[in-house]
Amino acid sequence: MVRKVNSKNQSQSVIEAKKLSLTFETNDGPVHALSDIDLTVKEGEFVSFIGPSGCGKTTLLRVIADLETPTAGTIEVDGMSAHEARLARAYGYVFQAAALYPWRTIGRNISLPLEIMGLSKAEQKARVQKNLELVDLAGFEQKYPWQLSGGMQQRASIARALAVEPDILLMDEPFGALDEIVRDHLNEQLLKLWDKTKKTVVFVTHSIPEAVFLSSKIVVMSPRPGRIFDVIESTLPRDRTLDIRETPEFLELSHRVREGLREGHSYD
Amino acid sequence: MTNDVKGKQNWISRASPVLVVTAVIIAIWYAATVFLNAPFQKDIYKRGNNTTWTTSQLIKDTMSQKRPVLPSPHQVINEIYKTTVLKKITSKRSLIYHSWVTLSTTLVGFLIGSVLGILLAVGIVHSRTLDKSLMPWVISSQTIPILAVAPMIIVVLNAIGVQGLLPKAFISTYLSFFPITVGMVKGLRSPDVLYLDLMRTYSANKWQTFWKLRWPSALPYLFASMKIAISIAMVGAIVGELPTGAVAGLGARLLAGSYYGQTVQIWSALVMAAFLAGTLVALVGVANTYVDKRMGVKAQ
Repeated sequence: MVRKVNSKNQSQSVIEAKKLSLTFETNDGPVHALSDIDLTVKEGEFVSFIGPSGCGKTTLLRVIADLETPTAGTIEVDGMSAHEARLARAYGYVFQAAALYPWRTIGRNISLPLEIMGLSKAEQKARVQKNLELVDLAGFEQKYPWQLSGGMQQRASIARALAVEPDILLMDEPFGALDEIVRDHLNEQLLKLWDKTKKTVVFVTHSIPEAVFLSSKIVVMSPRPGRIFDVIESTLPRDRTLDIRETPEFLELSHRVREGLREGHSYD
Repeated sequence: MTNDVKGKQNWISRASPVLVVTAVIIAIWYAATVFLNAPFQKDIYKRGNNTTWTTSQLIKDTMSQKRPVLPSPHQVINEIYKTTVLKKITSKRSLIYHSWVTLSTTLVGFLIGSVLGILLAVGIVHSRTLDKSLMPWVISSQTIPILAVAPMIIVVLNAIGVQGLLPKAFISTYLSFFPITVGMVKGLRSPDVLYLDLMRTYSANKWQTFWKLRWPSALPYLFASMKIAISIAMVGAIVGELPTGAVAGLGARLLAGSYYGQTVQIWSALVMAAFLAGTLVALVGVANTYVDKRMGVKAQ
């Protein structure tokens, strides 16, 4: 309840980072993973972080998830501190690997967070069914992870994140390990899912077509130190199919992203 | 039907290597019997002024001595048959009675050792202080020869009124907790960082992370450790029986046998101990397979 009131007070901004920096102390001296990040994500947006490896896009996602603690600046998630948001289970996190527990069936993997939340058995069962259907995996409840293909495993992990019924979905290169055909298919499914559930999605990728195809806002990042180079509001309609990738508008957006990546990249 | 045939072939293909090894061992055993007992047999011939002995007679005679250096396999099997099937279980000469004494001690010691080993591992994994302070003691406890400690444990416990099975079981515990602790520390620390991060995103507490992630991840390690622990628990039980004055148990049979030069009795007790240990390890293996099935482990 508090969460909803707060997020309205924030004029619908769900994630708000101000002057955010994160420096890792290593044996070879400090590494500036994030430097001076200012970012606003509004409710219902699909925001992609794109950049070369080492630009801090995954680190930024982990800061939002309170899996890393920033060394300077502030971060608000759902009107709370990132820490409070994690405790309130305000987000669902999808990792690059499906990270399904191999000793649990798909159904029991999806009910894992629900068990931790202390939901009733009936409620768990209902949510498992609902979210399996949402990702087209109805009937696979009793299967073990190794019995599913990589794409199906990743869909199950998305269902697991959605089962918590979070306001925000944080996705860290979820389709990075899959082949392109499966990836295209899952991208289309993810857009439908986003449309159906009206969730706020933050998506990390290093694929330009993926970022442009999915996002309503593209955040281009550059490395050493990790910083935001460009923020592009997408002009594409919310309702899109894979064919949109052939349109001039799509190519123009891709061009701007590519230019941003090229300019922001230092080659030393 | 096809499954049945497949199962049979599977059984044969699994049993045949074991049978081959067994056959080789028995062949070597017979050869060693002849070789080791021949000098004494020739001595007998000499003293009996028997100069007409043949090689085949020598071989036959080396396998039927009363107190051979090395009894032949069939002598041992005959002794085991006489002391198990032909003796009443209540008899002090029944090998089943003595085996049961050792087995019960082994099982009690193994159970206490497993629980203790797991508790230590849980403590070590969850507390840096315990990790730093306990681990060196756990390791150094195993550098002390158990044969030296066993009589003291028996005497000390006897002084405070603990008698019977428990002091011997504690020696089993002393040996068996160690592989369990080492294995479980590794097992409880085995979950991938990704799996742990996932638990953090659910804001799971320590107990939830333990029961839903660390414990299931550690189970394969636990079973591997239990296989070692249960066999050395039996060694502990046998060692524990020695200082009690050879009253009962396989250890007592070994000791009494060596007092009176009853090598056949020693070897039958040894074979029995090996058989029991093998059965116990196999039982742990069966439990392991059952748990694997429950946990959806892909069939190999």
